[in-house]
Amino acid sequence: MIQAGFYVLSSLAIFSALMVVFSRNPVHSVLYLVITFFAITGHYALLNAQFLAIVNFIVYAGAIMVLFLFVVMLLNLNATIEPHKSTLLKFAAVFSGGLLLVVLAASVRGMESYKPDLAHFDPTIGEVKKLGKVLYTDYWLPFEISSILFLSAMVGAVLLGKKETN
Amino acid sequence: MNSIITSVPINSYILLCTTLFCIGVMGVLLRRNVIIIFMSVELMLNSVNLLFTAFSAYSSNPAGQIFVFFVMVVAAAEIAIGLAIVVMIHRNTKTVDVNEWSKLKG
Repeated sequence: MIQAGFYVLSSLAIFSALMVVFSRNPVHSVLYLVITFFAITGHYALLNAQFLAIVNFIVYAGAIMVLFLFVVMLLNLNATIEPHKSTLLKFAAVFSGGLLLVVLAASVRGMESYKPDLAHFDPTIGEVKKLGKVLYTDYWLPFEISSILFLSAMVGAVLLGKKETN
Repeated sequence: MNSIITSVPINSYILLCTTLFCIGVMGVLLRRNVIIIFMSVELMLNSVNLLFTAFSAYSSNPAGQIFVFFVMVVAAAEIAIGLAIVVMIHRNTKTVDVNEWSKLKG
């Protein structure tokens, strides 16, 4: 049952990731990317990582994809046709991407299988309560620093998006 | 124990995340539309996030999931800045083709 869920979600993720790269219309690419993120959220739920499933759902499928869709609509890209890239370059891009996949997959095959530590297995580490405790005790400093990062990103986005008046 | 840990080997997760990462690399190399390049970068970040979570769940160590949280923070900031830059350059050049944006080459 869980195995079937894993394979269904994996094939959905890979199919829609391929469609992100290969579809002509940027709006379709954005929508396929939303499907990919939903599949990855399903994987998080399968792995008992509830907190990450919710955060992935809100941040990626909610905020980031709306931002992407907004920019695609704002720039009116849904009608434009991408200028043709030469066949040689396309072939080279697909070939090198596939070659990277083959090398990485071959290195995984040569690896001996990792045995999960079933004696100390704890299925509740992904719950909000436990993860929050770890985040606010062991990792409080990076958490506070990330708020400064967000502040600077916000200021930068406003500064860049503002129309120059001179 | 009927759990994903016992029924799916970790190598399946490694292969899935490798495939998603390579699709992202392919997208960056193949496309010229800068927004699709951004989306491919997001795809790569997400595949690495999934692998972090898988290893974290298989070894019962929450540090991996905390790291995924920080990766998401950085990705959100990156996308906000990146899309602001895209909108700004599009206002000046009226195109999203990265080959037209090679003015910094000198």
